[in-house]
Amino acid sequence: MDPVPWARAQMAFTLAVHIVLVPLGVSWAAMTLIANYRAIKNNDADAMRLAQRWSKVMAVTFAVGAVTGTVLTFEFGLLWPQFMSQWGDAFGIPFAIEGLFFFTEAIFIAIYLYGWKRLRPWPHFWSGVPIAVAGIGGSFAVVAANSWMNQPAGFTLDAAGKIVDVDPLGVIFNQATPYETTHMIVAAYLVGGFMVASVYAFAMLRGRTERYYRLGFIIPFTVAAIATPVQMVVGDFAARSVFHDQPVKFAAMELVDQNATDVPETLGGYLGSDGEVHLGVPIPGLASLLSGFSTSTEIDGLDSVPASDRPTVSQVNTVHLAWDVMVGLATALLALVIWFAFVWWRKRALPRSKWFLRFGAISGIAAVIALEAGWVVTEVGRQPWIVYDYMRVEDGATTNSGVWITFLGVVVLYAAVVVTLIIVLRGMAQRWRAAELAGDEDIDPHDTPYGPRSHRERETERV
Amino acid sequence: MTLADVIAVILLAGVILYAIFGGADFGAGFWDLTAGGAARGAKPRLVIEESIGPVWEANHVWLIFCLVVIWTCFSEAFASITLTLFVPLSLAAAGIVLRGSGFAFRKVVVRTRYRRVFGGAFALSSIIVPFCLGAVAGGIASGRVPAGGTTGDLWDSWLNPTSLVGGVLAIAVCAYLSAVFLVSDAHRLSDQGLVEYFRRRAIAAAIGAGVIATSGIFLLRNDNRFLIDRLLGRALPVVLLSMVLGVVGLVLLVRGAATWARFLAIGAVGSIVAAWGVAQYPYILAETLKIETAAAPDATLWTVLIVFLVAVVVLVPSLGLLYVLDQRSLLDVE
Repeated sequence: MDPVPWARAQMAFTLAVHIVLVPLGVSWAAMTLIANYRAIKNNDADAMRLAQRWSKVMAVTFAVGAVTGTVLTFEFGLLWPQFMSQWGDAFGIPFAIEGLFFFTEAIFIAIYLYGWKRLRPWPHFWSGVPIAVAGIGGSFAVVAANSWMNQPAGFTLDAAGKIVDVDPLGVIFNQATPYETTHMIVAAYLVGGFMVASVYAFAMLRGRTERYYRLGFIIPFTVAAIATPVQMVVGDFAARSVFHDQPVKFAAMELVDQNATDVPETLGGYLGSDGEVHLGVPIPGLASLLSGFSTSTEIDGLDSVPASDRPTVSQVNTVHLAWDVMVGLATALLALVIWFAFVWWRKRALPRSKWFLRFGAISGIAAVIALEAGWVVTEVGRQPWIVYDYMRVEDGATTNSGVWITFLGVVVLYAAVVVTLIIVLRGMAQRWRAAELAGDEDIDPHDTPYGPRSHRERETERV
Repeated sequence: MTLADVIAVILLAGVILYAIFGGADFGAGFWDLTAGGAARGAKPRLVIEESIGPVWEANHVWLIFCLVVIWTCFSEAFASITLTLFVPLSLAAAGIVLRGSGFAFRKVVVRTRYRRVFGGAFALSSIIVPFCLGAVAGGIASGRVPAGGTTGDLWDSWLNPTSLVGGVLAIAVCAYLSAVFLVSDAHRLSDQGLVEYFRRRAIAAAIGAGVIATSGIFLLRNDNRFLIDRLLGRALPVVLLSMVLGVVGLVLLVRGAATWARFLAIGAVGSIVAAWGVAQYPYILAETLKIETAAAPDATLWTVLIVFLVAVVVLVPSLGLLYVLDQRSLLDVE
């Protein structure tokens, strides 16, 4: 069987799963540290309990994130050997840097997660700080590699198309790096914040409104509330940069078939094979206005490049739909944030409305969908290229015909892991809840942080 | 020595470190698998969990390190390896997912039934992964991976005598390293019974690994002249060093000096991997692709070298801190 579609499907699937764990890996440590800081500073037992529990959950999600990330590392070779063979000299450089950050993260996450009992409070807190820093550095490096695929730079080719010289800084700081990396790092905080907050919004809807749950909502939601407006600005800047750097991708996002001025922003709708936009609600001139600050801004159409060098019609429609979904959900989340900010400003309290909590409870899912959609825009919008204007996806793929088997295997394996992850995390929450209902805060004496060691005790109990 | 050679040495160092630290974690899975029923195996499994819990993710990064160095600095070799050894590498990747998530899940569930399932996933994959990676090494070392980013034989490249010896030896070596480490860990918990338990296993695994390694050289003399000639030629001093360290380590184990046995085990395993590198030099893919030919432009190699040096400055103290805290029992299972 032709391996190319299967290789694409496998890469897309494994990335789609991994990308959900990324925000947790990048931003959750920071949120845990905020809780940890408050706990030590104000002697706040609720914040302490949150920090401890979050770090326990983080241990599980980080492990799953680490192994699904490893699969991606293998897949660069297993699925895209020709791509790596030709471009590894340049494309690999950001990954070398990422490796450094990942290593730092893995070391300090171990110290922080396992240091609760026996380290002293402030040294323990500080052992967590490198995790947050490395998370940002690691995302920067990985997304810089992805930016390079969109805006390849920093290399010299010989006549045969082989890389003969590399400018490492040119690779790392390619044209797309500033906006793509910022967009993803802010997204990690935005999505991570809404994800964690939505769990506590859900708990409050079920009547658990004690301070512990409110705090569990407020800390991550505040992080997300800061990230969301920032993301609107960064996203706007990124879209305008795509307009300049990758006009075909931009044409797909805005459903522009032929070069035109006064291009409307089309909400919904689709491009037919006739090159016309169907259904959809056009807002006159807005796309032109947003791209060049004037409705007379000319936007290149899909037709500006030969059909073989641009996404197919169905890919264009996928990109446009994903783009609408991302912007639409982000706008809805911004509205929720404004609601929260307004009430907090006037009353120093959470909005009382059940509807606020209901929206809060789905904000995590909405943010994840927006994240996935944004990633679809950048990846599908680059088609048919794996390295923009240099190499097509099919030329980078493996020739092994058995990829459909590994694809099926990966789907089964990941489905099992994801379902189990959810069940396991629910089980942890239920155990904690049961302990609280029993009114026995100290049901698990090992949860006392920074206490003396009681190794023997535990061993006898576990055995 | 060219710049490409320096990078190749760094790559070999990464492979050695992964073999030692990652290997010990895989070996822990081997002992977890063979620890018996839930009641009988509870105590050894607790030591295993405490021992590898805080460190396995950091140790695992050495594998990522090796992959990144190959694909950045020797991308042609990387393409040939992943094309040819598609099957064992896919299996290894799946095994890594099962192992990491199985271990992480087991730690946080309480019911024996679930612990058994996750423990089983963790332990079984701890055997599959080193076998596959050992087989991959065997395929590369026996000249079965062609140059030029092309596909060799999909099956013979890893189901051949050298790969089978490599795979089985990897399992044995991991079990050996891990048992020696676990003796010390049990010692720290001052559990004399467990010290004895792992000491006996360490001795058995040491003998097993030694027998497999030695007989491998004879078994393979017809399969793989290139490697054997060089192992018994240029790399002989390193091979002998490994044997001496292994034997002395065994003696120390028998006499109950586990702390020192640990360092000798590290030395024995490190030098046998180093011997492979020495034997294969100047090839990155034995007999087919030279380091010099596969190397990326100098600017790329310099960048990787600089990142590596920064990593040494940042990571050695950090890793040191992690291991010291771990050894002093300041890092606790939740």
